[in-house]
Amino acid sequence: VNNGGEKCIDPLQRAAILQIDLHNQSHPEVEDGELATVCYRPEGLDSLVQKTSFSKKELQVLYRGFKNECPSGIVNEETFKSIYSQFFPQGDSSMYAHFLFEAFDTHNNGSVSFEDFVISLSIILRGSITDKLNWAFNLYDLNKDGCITREEMTDIMNSIYDMMGKYTYPCMRDSAPKEHVDNFFQKMDRNNDGVVTIDEFLETCQKDENIMQSMHMFDNVI
Amino acid sequence: MAAGVAAWLPFARAAAIGWMPVANLPMPVAPTEKNKRQDELIILNVSGRRFQTWRNTLDRYPDTLLGSSEKEFFYNEETKEYFFDRDPDVFRSVLNFYRTGKLHYPRYECISSYDEELAFFGIVPEIIGDCCYEEYKDRKRENAERLMDDQEDNKDAKLPNMTFRETMWRAFENPHTSTMALVFYYVTGFFIAVSVITNVVETVPCGSAPNQKEVPCGERYTVAFFCMDTACVMIFTVEYLMRLFAAPSRYRFMRSVMSIIDVVAILPYYIGLVMTDNEDVSGAFVTLRVFRVFRIFKFSRHSQGLRILGYTLKSCASELGFLLFSLTMAIIIFATVMFYAEKGSSSSKFTSIPASFWYTIVTMTTLGYGDMVPKTIAGKIFGSICSLSGVLVIALPVPVIVSNFSRIYHQNQRADKRRAQKKARLARIRISKTGSSSAFLHSKRNGLFNEALELTNSTEDEQRLSKSTSLLESQHHHLLHCLEKTTNHEFVDEQYYQQSYLEAGLQNYPSRSPSLSSQDGVTGTCCTRRSKKHHTPLPNASAPAHMQPLTHTHTHPQGLQELSTIHIQPLSTSRSSLNMRVDEPAPLNCQSSQITTAIISIPTPPVTTPEGDAHLPAGPTHQNVVKVSAL
Repeated sequence: VNNGGEKCIDPLQRAAILQIDLHNQSHPEVEDGELATVCYRPEGLDSLVQKTSFSKKELQVLYRGFKNECPSGIVNEETFKSIYSQFFPQGDSSMYAHFLFEAFDTHNNGSVSFEDFVISLSIILRGSITDKLNWAFNLYDLNKDGCITREEMTDIMNSIYDMMGKYTYPCMRDSAPKEHVDNFFQKMDRNNDGVVTIDEFLETCQKDENIMQSMHMFDNVI
Repeated sequence: MAAGVAAWLPFARAAAIGWMPVANLPMPVAPTEKNKRQDELIILNVSGRRFQTWRNTLDRYPDTLLGSSEKEFFYNEETKEYFFDRDPDVFRSVLNFYRTGKLHYPRYECISSYDEELAFFGIVPEIIGDCCYEEYKDRKRENAERLMDDQEDNKDAKLPNMTFRETMWRAFENPHTSTMALVFYYVTGFFIAVSVITNVVETVPCGSAPNQKEVPCGERYTVAFFCMDTACVMIFTVEYLMRLFAAPSRYRFMRSVMSIIDVVAILPYYIGLVMTDNEDVSGAFVTLRVFRVFRIFKFSRHSQGLRILGYTLKSCASELGFLLFSLTMAIIIFATVMFYAEKGSSSSKFTSIPASFWYTIVTMTTLGYGDMVPKTIAGKIFGSICSLSGVLVIALPVPVIVSNFSRIYHQNQRADKRRAQKKARLARIRISKTGSSSAFLHSKRNGLFNEALELTNSTEDEQRLSKSTSLLESQHHHLLHCLEKTTNHEFVDEQYYQQSYLEAGLQNYPSRSPSLSSQDGVTGTCCTRRSKKHHTPLPNASAPAHMQPLTHTHTHPQGLQELSTIHIQPLSTSRSSLNMRVDEPAPLNCQSSQITTAIISIPTPPVTTPEGDAHLPAGPTHQNVVKVSAL
């Protein structure tokens, strides 16, 4: 059920949880026999060091922050959204956070464990340029079918512009995201078939100076 | 930004990779850590108890004692630890605040010692978490009230500049303010009592003259009673008129319950004056005198308890209504039954169902006058059932109502309290939300200010403004800056947005004459009206840095040729901020509370050049609007 983590349930906790469950009929996550609170523990530090390109100290710092905000060991989408929204107080970042969550949740089980989290971070921050671009493409490709359609890009663009909020200069026009999408497709879609494939994407990005430079911006985030 | 999520900033920055391929503009440079220190443990020795934590934990709140360089004052070289001679128990809460981002108030702590510790460590009490906030506020309020009781003598000093009308109203509402008010209070109270007693004694049969039947005193001493009545009514009328005059809102006063009682109390007299001649109507007039008894309600101004009782009755109206309804149901049922049961017996007093109502009520309330008794066996059986059930029907709702009274009474008090707190808390939340966004805007402007100053080569100003921004802050701002670049729009604060929105249709101000004497850095007289508005530093950061797009221009005789000026209000960030905020260096407030800066507007409109014309052409307004943008 999980990638190497273990379910840790204290027997006392189990009894307490069942007790709570009896009184709390409207608890959505609890099913018969399933317990409400589980906690995940990640694999050992050493195996994570091998899987990712972070050092031991960096993983320690990351885990401390992770565990502080999610004591149960996994992030669900709501927590993800609430954490992300604290960085963008002026706008609505829930849509973009949702897309991010989809991208981080590589096993598609509705929750992001520390391993998923740290592996994705490793790609973004320490991977090669191709890896990074692949990850970005994966983010944009909402249905993971290998190509970005106009609708997908429009959704992504709307979510990015939503994060700006209402109070911007110049005033945000409703057509701004759409124009941006058109611009994007004009740049990326070489054969004008209305979709951007991974090859077109990689090719165009690698030729663009700005994009290449901005990709390197993440080299010293941790 | 809460402390807990500060650790997630790397994630948020990494997630910005999603914007990179879509952005058309180059991204700004990321801030680098100048001295990347390994995270180290520091020891805090508080009166002998040692606490240890990471240095990063304390750095989350740079505007507190432990998060800033102020703690260096407490550093002990020999033992290599920070020593604080304070209460270690309270310090636990303080340190937990850094660790978890939530400040808790332990119930066993004395409120004033807690407050002192918070003040010492530079933590604003408003950030106490939801779980403990109500308790904290309650204790604080109790304490404040206790202190206030001691000082009440000093409190009632007469405020200057109160109009005569206001003084009068205050005297009416609070009789303890002055001797005159107290005298007036007692005089009216006395006359109310006199009036009520008069009404009562009027009906007592006085001794009769021989050969005459007993007459009530009212008819025997008509003149005396009439004089008393007149005196009382005159006093009441004068009082009413005076209150009407002094009331701040006359219409509202006239609608209030007390004034209606006043009017009802004195009206019968005047109606009586008018109507004494007509014999037919005088019968009706007599009944009007009943209303004189309402004068007794005037006592409620003199008694706090009566007012509270009235209020609680009003608020319990639904429960009382329910009681009445259930009683009515029971009465009707039993009256019907008794009527039909007693129909057969002769000379029965139960002549109709309404007549049986009286029997049912008397029986159910266990009064049992005995003027109506059932005679048939069936009637007796049902009568006994009636009295037994009466006990239940009456006894059950009454405690419920009584407990409702006390519950509703206390609840109302607590509801008002919570409502007041809620407003303050929403304001606090708003402050913290706008705080972080305004911190970004502020640092953006200061970044530009530095650049602008570079152009004019005033190095000492630049040094003054080089802020000690925490790395976390600068990284967060860089992130927001990247988003701005991706979407090619900028974050602005609400005020600026609304003004630029409005000014899209307004005209420019006519440009002023350049002959303005410039004091040190303070703009000339044309700006003083606006500047006076923002003179006081704002405690809440909801409108912090005012980007007033002043659309008038003036030239300063100093070297800086400006097109338009904007005021930067220094944020009173210091200890009143709730988030990690940029620290204001002290020299910013040296000369004036405002700094005017030269901001060069958008390079695209070719008309507006830094060499500045004193008079701008009346072109489209947005050209005159100062836009803070990267050059």
